[in-house]
Amino acid sequence: MDVLLSATGVTKSFGGLQALAECHLDVERGSVTGLIGPNGSGKTTLFNVITGYVKPDAGTVTFDGRDITNARPDAVFSLGVGRTFQLTRIFARISVLENMLIATQHDESWLRGLLRSKSSKVEVDNAMELLEFVGIARLAHLQAGALSYGQRKLLELAYVLVANPDVILLDEPAGGVNLTLINGIKEKIRALNKSGKTFLIVEHNMEFVMSLCDRVTVMHQGTNLVTGTPAEVRANPLVLDAYLGGDDDDDLTEAVAGA
Amino acid sequence: MLQKKNLWWVLAIAVFAMYPIVVTNPLFTTIAVFTTIYMACATSWNMFSGYSGYIALGSAVFYGSGAYTMALLSLHLHMAAGSDMFWLVPVGGLVAMVFAVPFGWIALRVRRHTFVVITIAVFFIFQLSAINFGFTGGTSGLALPFITWGYQNFNTPFYYVGLSLVVFATALSAAVRRSRFGLQLLAIRDDEDRAMGLGVKVSAVKITGFTLSAFTVGAAGALYAMFVGQIYPQFVFDPMFDVSIALMTFLGGLGTLTGPLLGALVLEASQQYLTVTFSNSSLYLILFGALFLIVIMFMPQGVVVYLRDRVTRRAEREREAVAANDLATADAVAPLDVAVGGAH
Amino acid sequence: MNSIALLSAAKDGILTGSIYALMATGLTLIFGVMDIINLAQGILVILGAYLSYALQVHWHIDLFVGLLITIPTMFIVGIVIERLFMSRLKGPEKTAMSLLVTYAVSLLIEGSLNMIFSVNDVQLQGWYVPKAFAIGQIHFGYVYVAGFILAGVLLSALYFMLYRTRFGVSVRASLADQTSAALVGIDVRRVSTITFGIGVAVTAAGGMIYGATNSFNASSSYDLISRLLTIIVLGGMGSLGGAMVAGVSMVFIGDMVGVIWSPVWSSMSYFVVLVIVLLLRPQGLFGKQLTRAA
Repeated sequence: MDVLLSATGVTKSFGGLQALAECHLDVERGSVTGLIGPNGSGKTTLFNVITGYVKPDAGTVTFDGRDITNARPDAVFSLGVGRTFQLTRIFARISVLENMLIATQHDESWLRGLLRSKSSKVEVDNAMELLEFVGIARLAHLQAGALSYGQRKLLELAYVLVANPDVILLDEPAGGVNLTLINGIKEKIRALNKSGKTFLIVEHNMEFVMSLCDRVTVMHQGTNLVTGTPAEVRANPLVLDAYLGGDDDDDLTEAVAGA
Repeated sequence: MLQKKNLWWVLAIAVFAMYPIVVTNPLFTTIAVFTTIYMACATSWNMFSGYSGYIALGSAVFYGSGAYTMALLSLHLHMAAGSDMFWLVPVGGLVAMVFAVPFGWIALRVRRHTFVVITIAVFFIFQLSAINFGFTGGTSGLALPFITWGYQNFNTPFYYVGLSLVVFATALSAAVRRSRFGLQLLAIRDDEDRAMGLGVKVSAVKITGFTLSAFTVGAAGALYAMFVGQIYPQFVFDPMFDVSIALMTFLGGLGTLTGPLLGALVLEASQQYLTVTFSNSSLYLILFGALFLIVIMFMPQGVVVYLRDRVTRRAEREREAVAANDLATADAVAPLDVAVGGAH
Repeated sequence: MNSIALLSAAKDGILTGSIYALMATGLTLIFGVMDIINLAQGILVILGAYLSYALQVHWHIDLFVGLLITIPTMFIVGIVIERLFMSRLKGPEKTAMSLLVTYAVSLLIEGSLNMIFSVNDVQLQGWYVPKAFAIGQIHFGYVYVAGFILAGVLLSALYFMLYRTRFGVSVRASLADQTSAALVGIDVRRVSTITFGIGVAVTAAGGMIYGATNSFNASSSYDLISRLLTIIVLGGMGSLGGAMVAGVSMVFIGDMVGVIWSPVWSSMSYFVVLVIVLLLRPQGLFGKQLTRAA
């Protein structure tokens, strides 16, 4: 197995709360890997550790054979790890196109950025192409703050793609958007995966995860519980226990059992 | 469209350049010198604080450093009183930049709210140092070489140097706004963490912006020292300085190019005029405070944005209607676009 | 170095520090609940001092008795400022705007005080103001001790209110997270208004003690607000305990520097301590750790 991104023994606590305990995760190159688990099982914290937003107490994160534990978010991104956030985060007071251009300079020194105009024609063309790809090209010159929630999700996906990352971490891409858009996003992920992009996806929508992912890791109480193909995970009694034990997530329990 | 815009700038510069030729009354040319100083400072302040959203209230540190640079160098180099001293104006700016690097490094480690307070604290450190150290002359300040060129045209050279600073600051601010670096500052204003996650080296960008903005303020401080001929710590390290340039910028429009210019032009000119006409400084404080409140409460975006919005509101509405139409038409074609339109 | 002078400075630091702690608690409470930095806190302290002054000069009301009038008055002043200006601040630049608005308010008050009371320094009087008792060779000014007790009583009352009453629960919930507080049915608007009132009301007591121990005019507010801001940043913005610890320790350090080195550097020591602490701990002594990802 060709592991592109991996977390080993990652541990993190906030005050008295143990968010991650000896967590292991491997993402195979070219795969779409799902990361599921009850609320509070540490999925987003693991994302934050991988992308450099949170420093782990122990454990290592490697990307493409390189140790990126404790690297800062901008460095992680520059190496080729892009991510989206659970609550979408766009730059509200600049235009959609300008949002797209922010990620284009990740491999430049800041001094060069000072001297350069904010975009070359190639970059604008590339940005427009990606906006076209996610379907919001006609909104390019609107202020990003004017976009609807669904459009923001698409913009966030698009501006992560600008830098052409090798692996993309999606935090609940299907959360809070309607069914048509969910299917649209699924198509985009499939297409990108076919062209060689690796995905790691946190998602509560089980139908989404099971239909899209090659492998799924289930997290429970800050650690990895089970890893396998969607079918294996579904059949594993431990997984059901984990969801049943997590008292606040009835929908999920049904989803796992039913899916 | 662009052509017309450039024409306005050329016209504005021409009018400003003509001013001391047309107006010869020393009272009004003195006011003009102070006005150019504040226009340059407000523009420069806006280039960092307006673009990045990090409101700094310690720019007086740069202003004071520039002023003391001018005073100390002209005294210690035994410079002849005269136009040679103008060479120290950019030196004042460079010294301010040198102070700005450690200042920014300390203050920009924290987030916005704390940043404001730290800039105030650093400001007080500089003010107290200027009062307490020997080489600054303490509270009695420093007297610069006495300039004796003609009484009637005394202000004119200062005015043109001040005007050059305004042009420089505006050009720099415009260049930054168009650069990638400027885009990064705006991204930091909107969502710093997200910008970091997109590869923006936020610390380097912030410190660079902060340091760049120090230059013009320091140079303006040097010009001020040379102009008034005698500096005191409480006047060059003045807490009102920062609040004034912040108010000017807010009045004109935070984060816009013309806003700080317009705000400083209106406020500084009228303030200078009022101080000369009314000697009652308490009344002045009340007027200033009231104006401040009115601006912030009723036009928080600033006059420039307020007016621009009013003028373009109709055009915007029409454009949006067209965009909505586009979406509606597109709905029928691509399945994903249906979702986009439907997600409103 | 004279050990009596040192002990005496330490005593002054602790006694005066408690008053600063009280005033800074008001400031940090307002920031924690409302995300507002109240730059008018300094001038409000001076306003409180002038209120005591007016009561004393015109009606011969004792300073401490006068607090029964000045504390409620300052509470109302706070409510009025909140309703008129603070409640209108919204949006992403709320905190920045609050700086400017409260600064404008403080200019208005400063100008008015200058017109009413002139810019000449005054000091509050009372039979106990010049009096002191001695323990060993250390002299304790009556006013300083009374100020310490007053600060202790008011801070205890504040803590009782915050930790033992229903209203306190709402305030603490709003301190933790405004949005969630609103979601569980707390009237955040009302909490904000009353919090601002309370945060301002403490300046009446602070101002009275300040005015009895210093001569002052309206421009003394600049020195006050810079110290108070330093204290709340040092303690960690929004942290009540931090404001108390930082208040006492900052005045203590300032006084010690004044005795050991020179009074000239005593106010400077505030800012230097602040810068050093922030280099090591950017969030202040008791501030919440910065979390990057929301």
